[in-house]
Amino acid sequence: MTAPFTAENIHRLAPADLVLADRVAGRLYTDPEIFDLEMTKIFERTWVWVAHESELPKAGSFKSTYVGRQPVIVVKDRKGAVNTLVNRCRHRGASLCERKTGQVNGFTCPYHAWSYGLDGALRGIPYPDGYEGVMEKGDMGLKKLRTESYGGMVFATFHDDVEPLEDFLGDVRLWIDRFMKQGGGYPVKVLGTHRFRFRGNWKIQLENTTDGYHFPIVHRSWMASVDAETADMMSFMTDPAAVTHDLGHGHSVAQMVPGHSDLDVDDGTEPLQPRFDSLVTELKSAGVDDAGVRKLVRAVHGTGFNLNLFPNVSMSISFLRVLRPISVDETLIEHVALGPDGPAEIVDPVNRERLRIHEHFQGPFGFGTPDDAEGWDRVQRGAQGAPEMPVMVNRGLARETAGPQGWATSHVTDETGMRAAYDKWKQMMSDD
Amino acid sequence: MTETLRTPAVAGSPLSADPRVTRAIGLVWHEADLLDRKEYETWQELYTEDASYVVPVDAETEDFDNTLNMVYDDARMRRMRVTRMTEGYAIAAVDAARTVRTVSRFVPVEVRDDEVTLRSAQVVVAYKRGRHDLWAGEVTHRIRLSRGGDRIALKVVRLVDSEDAVPAAGFLL
Repeated sequence: MTAPFTAENIHRLAPADLVLADRVAGRLYTDPEIFDLEMTKIFERTWVWVAHESELPKAGSFKSTYVGRQPVIVVKDRKGAVNTLVNRCRHRGASLCERKTGQVNGFTCPYHAWSYGLDGALRGIPYPDGYEGVMEKGDMGLKKLRTESYGGMVFATFHDDVEPLEDFLGDVRLWIDRFMKQGGGYPVKVLGTHRFRFRGNWKIQLENTTDGYHFPIVHRSWMASVDAETADMMSFMTDPAAVTHDLGHGHSVAQMVPGHSDLDVDDGTEPLQPRFDSLVTELKSAGVDDAGVRKLVRAVHGTGFNLNLFPNVSMSISFLRVLRPISVDETLIEHVALGPDGPAEIVDPVNRERLRIHEHFQGPFGFGTPDDAEGWDRVQRGAQGAPEMPVMVNRGLARETAGPQGWATSHVTDETGMRAAYDKWKQMMSDD
Repeated sequence: MTETLRTPAVAGSPLSADPRVTRAIGLVWHEADLLDRKEYETWQELYTEDASYVVPVDAETEDFDNTLNMVYDDARMRRMRVTRMTEGYAIAAVDAARTVRTVSRFVPVEVRDDEVTLRSAQVVVAYKRGRHDLWAGEVTHRIRLSRGGDRIALKVVRLVDSEDAVPAAGFLL
């Protein structure tokens, strides 16, 4: 059905009919019933990012987080498997763990001390005689989500029959491999996490990470504050090589700095930025050879692209941007800083630079994030008006091409990535 | 003369009698007023050239270099931040919340003739578009006393919810 939106039909159309090829209805941001459906039809049906493997370094390492609205604990067990467990005691429903991260031998409910192993199995019940002939302990483990990972990115799903993670990712895997090259020869680890909320629907953020068009406008303040080389690096507005690909399954990649998309491709002509001169000196004195220094320093800014995964994580240049829907008009965002994981004398100086770069743009007091959040708040407020008027996602439709790899491709300022995400949204919201 | 004071000062205690502490508190209140009035150019003049202004994420850390912070400004970053807050490009700053802050419950941590370290409680109420946000935290100021004018050498704002989600802000703490 492709009925135009009218004041008369806009509140009656089924959710899937609110997404057309070039536009979506503002109701997608404002209707609480649509939000409830999204939680069950999307966040409880597909793969949702829950952790990076560096957050779970050994047996008993855990992280508490959410899949959609449901609280979960992601924990590594003694066999090295990562389990995602609903953070809810099987007895009377109390939450088992209220710490964000840590190291445990198991989980004990504070209410009646039912205790569970790292694999979620129920291990102990105080005064068990009351349960004799009533209940089998073996049936009362924590609810466990299917959990799989690729390239260090850990995902979980409530949907036991969903396709394997690698199929869900498809061509995204190539881009995850490329993203992780910013370790500069080392694996990548989480350095810290900024958390902030904005008063708007989660899809406004989902769109934003594939929105090259807003960058020089919303981030003029940041652009004005960085060195000339960094500003030049991000001046992709008129660079025809800067393109966005629709990678399928709702995922897309926006290449803002195409020369850094594959950090292994380096003809040696690009000078290292003068701002890193002292880092270069420090790395050389730590015994790193010239090639190793170049590899680490060239990767300090991260990769050259934003890889936007539907529905909840973006691998954005140098960090992870994770969204958690709270309600139809409130969303929590995490900006996860990343850096190489290796010998302290080598990676610590690199990571100090990376932390300062991250702080400069990201987080609730960064030079970028507050301006993004203001833009997103304004979309939520404005979208209350004239609900029959669509939100446009048509930029670049006439110049989109099939692309050599079969990926629909257009300029990085175009809305190809948004169209990819909304196409997936429409499909999932149509499924019974 | 150096005194490390281990017990909180209360009304009528040496707190009010010690002119060094009184000077330091006066500067903290002056800073709070400038920030509420968004007089950022004047505000940055309160800091020494080697000062750090920090809003950490990690509630416990003193190692700001090697951890992620919300704000970790040296003089260069402070200058750029003031430019950002005043030049009119940053849409969050242009339409920033109005703030009113109270700084109180001062605890002198270390008192010397040339430097006073104070802990205090700060409550900022930020109002924007029908919402009041609460920003509560403990603040540490290290204040260098000098005839040429007292200056802030270190300010660390430890929000009670620093490890949780806070709103994105168009003002300074």
